[in-house]
Amino acid sequence: MTVTEEPTLQPGYKQVGSRPIRPDGVEKVTGKARFGADLYLPGMLYGSVLRSPVAHAKIVSIDTTAAAQMPGVKAIVTGDDFPDLAASGGRPDQVFLSQNIIARDKVLYEGHVVAAVAAGSVKQAKAAADAIVVEYEAIDHVLTVDEAMADGAPLLHAGMITRGVDPAPEEPSNVANRIVHERGDLDKGFADADVVIEREYTTKPVHQGYIEPHAAVADVNLDGRASLWCSSQGHFSMRTLTASVLGWDASRLKVTPAEIGGGFGGKTTIYLEPLAVALSSKAGHPVKLVMNRDEVFKATGPASGTRIKVKMGVNNDGMLTAADIWMAFEAGAFPGSPVGAAGMTIIAPYDIPNFFVEGFDVVVNKPKVAAYRAPGAPMAAFAVESMVDELALAIDMDPVELRLKNAAIEGTQASYGPKFARIGFVETLEAIRDHDHYQAELGPNQGRGIASGFWFNAGMNSSATVHVNEDGNLTVLVGSPDIGGSRASMALMAAEVLGIGYERVNPIVADTEAVGFNDVTGGSRVTTATGAAVIQACETIKTDLLARAAKTWDVPIDEVEWVDGQAQHTKGSETPLSLAKLAAAWGRTGGPISATAALNSRGAGAGFSTQMCDVEVDPETGVVTVLRFTTAQDAGTAIHPSYVEGQMQGGVVQGIGWALNEEYVHNDDGTLANASFLDYRIPVASDLPMIDTVIVEVPNPAHPFGVRGVGETGIVPPLAAVANAVSAATGCRHLNLPMSPIVVLEAINQRNEKG
Amino acid sequence: MSRTHLTCTINGDEVEFLTEADTSLLNALRDDVGLTGVKEGCGTGDCGACSIMLDGQLTNSCLVFAPEAQNADITTVEGLAESDVLHPLQQTFLEGAALQCGICTPGFLVAAKALLDNNPSPTETEVRYALAGNLCRCTGYDKIVRSVLDAAAAMNGASS
Amino acid sequence: MATVKVQLAAAVRSLTNGESKVEIEAENVQGLIKALDERFPGLGEMLSEGTSIAINGTIMADAIYESLPDGAEVHFLPTLAGG
Repeated sequence: MTVTEEPTLQPGYKQVGSRPIRPDGVEKVTGKARFGADLYLPGMLYGSVLRSPVAHAKIVSIDTTAAAQMPGVKAIVTGDDFPDLAASGGRPDQVFLSQNIIARDKVLYEGHVVAAVAAGSVKQAKAAADAIVVEYEAIDHVLTVDEAMADGAPLLHAGMITRGVDPAPEEPSNVANRIVHERGDLDKGFADADVVIEREYTTKPVHQGYIEPHAAVADVNLDGRASLWCSSQGHFSMRTLTASVLGWDASRLKVTPAEIGGGFGGKTTIYLEPLAVALSSKAGHPVKLVMNRDEVFKATGPASGTRIKVKMGVNNDGMLTAADIWMAFEAGAFPGSPVGAAGMTIIAPYDIPNFFVEGFDVVVNKPKVAAYRAPGAPMAAFAVESMVDELALAIDMDPVELRLKNAAIEGTQASYGPKFARIGFVETLEAIRDHDHYQAELGPNQGRGIASGFWFNAGMNSSATVHVNEDGNLTVLVGSPDIGGSRASMALMAAEVLGIGYERVNPIVADTEAVGFNDVTGGSRVTTATGAAVIQACETIKTDLLARAAKTWDVPIDEVEWVDGQAQHTKGSETPLSLAKLAAAWGRTGGPISATAALNSRGAGAGFSTQMCDVEVDPETGVVTVLRFTTAQDAGTAIHPSYVEGQMQGGVVQGIGWALNEEYVHNDDGTLANASFLDYRIPVASDLPMIDTVIVEVPNPAHPFGVRGVGETGIVPPLAAVANAVSAATGCRHLNLPMSPIVVLEAINQRNEKG
Repeated sequence: MSRTHLTCTINGDEVEFLTEADTSLLNALRDDVGLTGVKEGCGTGDCGACSIMLDGQLTNSCLVFAPEAQNADITTVEGLAESDVLHPLQQTFLEGAALQCGICTPGFLVAAKALLDNNPSPTETEVRYALAGNLCRCTGYDKIVRSVLDAAAAMNGASS
Repeated sequence: MATVKVQLAAAVRSLTNGESKVEIEAENVQGLIKALDERFPGLGEMLSEGTSIAINGTIMADAIYESLPDGAEVHFLPTLAGG
């Protein structure tokens, strides 16, 4: 059994880089931790949501009279109970969000919310919801980019004129937006190439697959102040977005973060929250709304299905000379696919002098897509990394070697514009090349695939407050929900700055009234940005402690230094003062010891990953077994290596599922055929080997501890790594995902027929 | 409909509660007994987040009607620790970082305990197949499997 | 007053007569957008909405008051969401 690489504690760091038990761990292994559905309030009602059974229709009428008479029913809401943000001058994104929360004049996908009911029990609420009579007038629907972009396609939004096209089209269409990136001279680039290959790739919509369905409990007081308990990737965002849909001031709503059972981007937006608040407001009681798994698949935010055309050229020396890329991404019912980010990441790892990248954001009658871990990048990388694999084979060059020859480094002008700062792409390639997995022998029906990937990582806004308690221990309040062990990392960083033991730091995820504003836990930003806020607050406290020690000893402040958790007199004539001693005397030295930092974090470091996958394909069934997987990712500095490894491994396995099994299957009538974990098949433990991790550390110069975000990059390479491996194992190039057994078997049979 | 009165043993204690006859045992445990360690991830027996031991059998409590608990012996995640001492599985899960969001963890702990009760020295493959009924989306299973093997080793070491 | 080099994305080149690299004087990002709008009418509105900015390679959101060092290379980028 292979062992993961142990990064060494950075020279000079005493805590950062260690692997202590996370502070919220015991609650989570004893069943005490409270997730979204685990709150019970006195007098609480239960909600049920009525959803459209059809993919595209005009709502002719909604009749709630029968439902309102049913036992236990306390409140019913429809679109009429929510402000019309279009009429009141809301921004397009706000309008679309509010229309996604609850339909107004049209339903745009199966599962689109039409009404919601609050009653004494789930059973009562559901019975009442079923008794609401809705008259629909069906409209033709479109399910793919091809259907949506075809001439004469039924329109989801009347008057949608494609942005990003000059001159603007005269006729509306289902294409919301066009993005373009270009550089150099494409014709010259292809003329310079010795090999030019052209391919067309498709991927299907997939779901983030978090095990915890969405859940919220809303409690609106009769004075109008409201509390919301929900699991999310950012309770401040939940507050902002919910208030926007309701037409409220944000500060009227207090949001308390529940523990979150997985998000991966899918819980950075709202679904149930405004419904729960509106119902509670009408009913005068708390209301709990929980989705079932069917609703999660049908009516939350999957990742886009895509069609991507790639034409690339390489010369015999291995230099990539040109790339011509066309992409269409499904946005779902409302605009906003990640085609923009896909356009920016698709060739970002490479220094290609001539390229044209064009992408289209296309609406279809499916749920509005939401972020899924490096949104847009996995599909883009599937296409280009598969192409790079073919180019390497065509010029008989090692696939890592080809990537090294073209790799972006510090100072390379990124395909999306600015020059890269210090990055670790080359180091991840070298880590894979030098790993003993790379030399391991392969047997019959086995193949190896390599792929790389890039994600920007975000900075954005974070606030943190740090208190020194009377006993000299720290309380650290942050506003970033802990998805994957961030409390532990915050505690490690605070402990490192103040030179005290990790166990003396108590990190809390505080509600919207107890800590300053925080952007979402997503974008791989928490260790970077919230960490930076925690560090800054601790540095402020350290400075304060030095001043208090100076006052205590009656010496100038430049004679005081902070060493190993105590104030020490540089001249050595005073007994050192610990945090506890300084806390005990805080009344005399200025009052309690506390500091807040609030910042818009700059300089988030870009993340790169290179991955290597071995598969075996059963030629009789098409079943692909992943035999071995190694991932190398640049974390900058790994604050808590176990949780960095965890992010890497989780992203890889989601990518394996995306490559081999996962897809939304729609019936011709636009309804979803596989809205359960039985038929939407995510990887299970028996599908997989250990996922070997190599944490590469090329510190980010812009972060106090050199941190780079790690949450997302790991999902970018595996689609192509697996596809390249399957292609190598079978001799059949796969351009369409997922490579389910029947697809792989058909390809093998076709190849055999051709002889 | 009037509620059904049930008596059973949960985590070694006799428990009486009222529930609707057509409620799942999962919902009864959460809403009527107050044990929220069991989670609903799917409601169709596909994810294992609701795993309990029911009369010695690893069971998805979402697939069982509450009245089937009458006179039954039930173990949930809340019954794994002995007073203030964590079960070796709970300890190795913490040390091995076998949880990220933690929603699947109660189900995995119950399933892993069921495995080790029957097979104290499983191989990696046996662990993976025994846990194939529990979905995790965060970890990729690597650290979960290692932690189960570490717990088995610790438990075998302690008893020898 | 700093002189900065602005790289303009393909999407806005319709407003700039195809020019992609522009040297312009500005003290901060707000001033830069105003100066660009003066030179290329309509460009200001396109750059103010939902964009991040990269100054000498460092990407920032909400950077409207950020001051510009002399000789800086500036790119306007769409603001991205993570997951």
